[in-house]
Amino acid sequence: MTPAIELIGIDKRFGSVHANKDVSLAIATGSIHGIIGENGAGKSTLMSILFGFYQADAGEIRVKGKPVKIRSSSDAIALGIGMVHQHFMLVEPFTVLENVVLGAEGGRLIGPALVKARAELVRLAKDYELEVDPDAIVGELPVGLQQRVEILKALFRGAETLILDEPTGVLTPDEADHLFRILRTLTDQGKTVILITHKLREIIAITDHVSVMRRGEVVATRKTMETDVMELAELMVGRRVLMHVEKGPATPGETVLEVKNLTWKDRKGIARVDNVSFSVRKGEIVGIAGVSGNGQSELLDVIAGITRPASGQVIFEGKDIGILGDPRHMRAEGLAHVPEDRQHRGLIGSFDAAESAILGWHHLDSLGKGYRLDRDKVIARAKSEMEEFDVRPPDPLLKSSKFSGGNQQKLIIAREIKSDPDLLIVGQPTRGVDIGAIEYIHKRIIQLRDEGKAVLLVSVELDEIRSMSDRILVMFAGRVMGERGPDATERELGLLMAGVAQDAA
Amino acid sequence: MMQTRGELPNWVDVGLIPLINLCVALIASGLVVLIIGENPFEAMWIMVQGSLGSLKGWGYMLYYATNFVFTGLAVAVAFHAGLFNIGGEGQAYMAGVGAATVGLGLDWLPWPILLPLAILASMAMGAFWAWIPGVLQAKRGSHIVITTIMFNFIAASLVGYIINYGFRPVGKMAVESREITGAYILSAREVAREYFGVKIASSPLNFSVFLALIAAWAVWYLLWRTKLGYEIRALGANPAAAVYAGIRADRIIIIAMTISGALAGLMAVNEILGVQHRLLLGYVGGAGFVGIAVALMGRSHPIGILLAAMLFGLLYQGGSELSFAKPEINRDMVVVIQGLVILFMGAFEYAFRPALSALFFPLGGEDNQ
Amino acid sequence: MNLYIELLASTIRMSVPLILACIAGLWSERSGIVDIGLEGKMLIAAFVAASASAVFGSAWIGLFCAVLASVAFALVHGYASINQRGNQVVSGVAINMLAAGLAVVLGNEWFKEGGRTPALPPEGRFLPFEFPMLYDIPVVGTFAKIFLTHSILAYFAFAIVPLSAWALARTRFGLRLRAVGENPQAVDTAGISVAALRYRAVIIAGVLCGVAGAFISTSLSSSFVRDMTAGSGFMALAALIFANWRAYPALGACLLFGFLQAIGNFAQGASVDGFQIPVQFINMLPYVLTVVLLAGFIGKSVPPRASGIPYVKDR
Repeated sequence: MTPAIELIGIDKRFGSVHANKDVSLAIATGSIHGIIGENGAGKSTLMSILFGFYQADAGEIRVKGKPVKIRSSSDAIALGIGMVHQHFMLVEPFTVLENVVLGAEGGRLIGPALVKARAELVRLAKDYELEVDPDAIVGELPVGLQQRVEILKALFRGAETLILDEPTGVLTPDEADHLFRILRTLTDQGKTVILITHKLREIIAITDHVSVMRRGEVVATRKTMETDVMELAELMVGRRVLMHVEKGPATPGETVLEVKNLTWKDRKGIARVDNVSFSVRKGEIVGIAGVSGNGQSELLDVIAGITRPASGQVIFEGKDIGILGDPRHMRAEGLAHVPEDRQHRGLIGSFDAAESAILGWHHLDSLGKGYRLDRDKVIARAKSEMEEFDVRPPDPLLKSSKFSGGNQQKLIIAREIKSDPDLLIVGQPTRGVDIGAIEYIHKRIIQLRDEGKAVLLVSVELDEIRSMSDRILVMFAGRVMGERGPDATERELGLLMAGVAQDAA
Repeated sequence: MMQTRGELPNWVDVGLIPLINLCVALIASGLVVLIIGENPFEAMWIMVQGSLGSLKGWGYMLYYATNFVFTGLAVAVAFHAGLFNIGGEGQAYMAGVGAATVGLGLDWLPWPILLPLAILASMAMGAFWAWIPGVLQAKRGSHIVITTIMFNFIAASLVGYIINYGFRPVGKMAVESREITGAYILSAREVAREYFGVKIASSPLNFSVFLALIAAWAVWYLLWRTKLGYEIRALGANPAAAVYAGIRADRIIIIAMTISGALAGLMAVNEILGVQHRLLLGYVGGAGFVGIAVALMGRSHPIGILLAAMLFGLLYQGGSELSFAKPEINRDMVVVIQGLVILFMGAFEYAFRPALSALFFPLGGEDNQ
Repeated sequence: MNLYIELLASTIRMSVPLILACIAGLWSERSGIVDIGLEGKMLIAAFVAASASAVFGSAWIGLFCAVLASVAFALVHGYASINQRGNQVVSGVAINMLAAGLAVVLGNEWFKEGGRTPALPPEGRFLPFEFPMLYDIPVVGTFAKIFLTHSILAYFAFAIVPLSAWALARTRFGLRLRAVGENPQAVDTAGISVAALRYRAVIIAGVLCGVAGAFISTSLSSSFVRDMTAGSGFMALAALIFANWRAYPALGACLLFGFLQAIGNFAQGASVDGFQIPVQFINMLPYVLTVVLLAGFIGKSVPPRASGIPYVKDR
């Protein structure tokens, strides 16, 4: 039987980023095909090419065996491809019916289309368990129902192949289960589903085939029956050159940070951090492992004082951060924070390096008395930090955006470490950083620990967590799944990361 | 992601692109002159002659420039905080009330006391008129562009009322206040006559021009040499990073708007205390909007603003000379040029970037969507 | 002459340019293009209408040319906002200035009257329809004096409101246009061109501003004088915000603001001291009301979500 979709040798670059490297895939008709990989592995780009949002630089797409050119979303729709985007493409003030009809009105007036769509929705609801009130305002619907509207939109346009991009990211477990039932019904009736996710459990639970992407390439395609979580996790992360980090045993002292039953909810009321408790002591590095998007970022923000918890406590050096309040006061108390997203938060691209090197610390008296900011002192401080941390080029007057990723990160690490913190919280310290810089950054963090400071490290790089941490916590779906020592095996941690709780190690 | 082929060198961004945009704006203005049937080069020569060819011309040019420095700085400070203050016009107008209230109400004070008080009152009224939109933006989320536009119109009516019912002497027909006598000292001509016994060409130039220089320096100092200025620029350049750094956006928005309004308010010192010596209807005359052009052209940097303000001073002074020499070309030609400058330096800011990128990176075959 | 009848008739006259500009703004902003250049487009149209009508002796030719000029300015704004992804507020400010300057400069050159255009003869103007036979009938006459003393452009303005409301709500174009102002990505992924939709919206805004301008210079008055729109464009913008970007409420807001303008004019005509409320306060009331509304003290104003944000195909 001809595959529903074939991608042959797809290649795509964005500037210096090689998003898809010679990707080939075949999706069997009537199956659910999972595509798994970490953030930035190229999954979304690949699907955007299939849906006509981007054009591939090279390669061919075949639909039902026929080579096709997909230049726009309308081409894709005409070929029976529908897509449910990660961020819904819905017009929130519109009704469900209006959203479904948008772009498929069939005539100059929308009246007839609305009548037709209403009947069609009734049919689809019956066939696929896709009930939703056609007259509801989409913005007022819960996320699970909004997603249903997206699926209905695709089906209304006659989609034979449905692409879902990270569909469960915004869903509760119950909603996710319902979604999977819907997907199964769809395939039972001959539709084809492509499921993009970074969640291993979903792949195992629902797909027929799975392809693993890593750094823009498809590294493997398996029948789901013939693989398991462990193999997929390994394929996803890849067997990297094991980083060798020299470090002696930890000598933990008193508790610096204590997190008690912490919960944080997003705007839609979903708990992204769910009843988390742990502590960090002086002279140790606590690592938080987990696939990205499992609540680590949100946890860091709460600890840094940027966002407020819904419930629970964060106690820093004996004081509740509810009272300490904002990031500025947290810094004054001895917290340093290397943010996960250095481009967007860690520095200011249009500022020169010297000015980015004081971000968050700009009110220190050592940079100028009172209201003043002493330019000479700012530059001198940056210069010494840049020299000590080997930031290249060591030019404090160069615009921050002109440094490479690794050097930007060293600039930020230098800024935070030189503030002499009692607790350093670090998110993804080596993401997008070259090998040389990685080693150096690791060395400095360990040095900080050896000086008796506390470090909380969040990373999606399992190797990094294992080689750096003295204790490892694994987060999954906003919860801490368990705590392990530094000698925990990759397998053990991988299972926890996949949300499989173990009673015994 | 906005993919550009590569980073253009700094001097292209800061120097070449604005220069090209300015040239295009001037060429477009030249075309308008050509349509009228005049020679653009001749027109330009008359304008330059009219403002730089005589002491009087210089005086007028610098007097206009003084106004534009104040309003330009006002726009720039707000820009740095990521805010677009279109309300300079209204803020300056309200400031006139402050200047006149002190100038007339306390005119029994000796001028060395009266003058600083009147200047402070101008700044305070201007600041107040920007503070309200600032608070509404910071606390209630009302869009600053719309509220400042509305505040221009509210000021237009309100000040009209205040002049008519508060300042107009009984029996006087013209809607204006009585003369403010205490601040004559500001006029360059008066000072020259009074203290040096020298008679110099009549021009509205007055000591506010030094105030403009001080204001430009103060804005530079504030933005690049104080912690507050750092926070203002950080918020405008990258709000997410500002939040990470513990900078309170609402506080900075209010402060930046207040400073912006105070700067616009200084225009009253030049115009009311320095030149008109009375509060009169509609005295701002569009200078608040020229500030937008000046700030855009001066890249929101005080030095750039001084230069841009002088260019606009030249255009205004030269423009009126031109309309004498060539009645076919109306004074409002300056407004056209102003509009074109804002269009090409603001709205079409990036129009020539792709072409320049292609020039600098001829082989960069990357996707530039 | 009954003062109240005259006041209400004047209200209708004064609200015509507001309605046209406000509905122009409605189309533009519902598509996600912020338009603070309504004033400039109206002004250039008022100038061109008066000029062309003076030269060709026909109000209709004047109207046609006014619409062309206004659309040309609208396209400049569209190009800046849609293709160049420029700052829409800056572009609007530029257009207002350009129009104010060009009108006077060109007018001065063409007619040598310092920027004024020559006084138009009756055939160069859109004159009010007169129904003298109705005016003497009781009750009916009162209504006739209020509603049946206007030019064709006024009736066009009042017709455009239900037409726009209908088109936005019931047509494919309206649906897509509203969608593009809320979530352009949703429209793009549905395979519809965001740019084409926005250009169409901007052109409609241009046409309506053109009619508004022609009304001001060839119906309300009989020549163009500098700055003759006197902030109507901004008042229309205020009305649009006040109406929460909806057509029928926009009509209501424009009538309210027109009423205030009419009272203001009457107050100026009569002795100033005879009135309790100074005319300046009546004049500023629309803006004060809008600010109070914007601050969320009465109701809530929710602009189209994507307004002012250039659309960049991005993920």
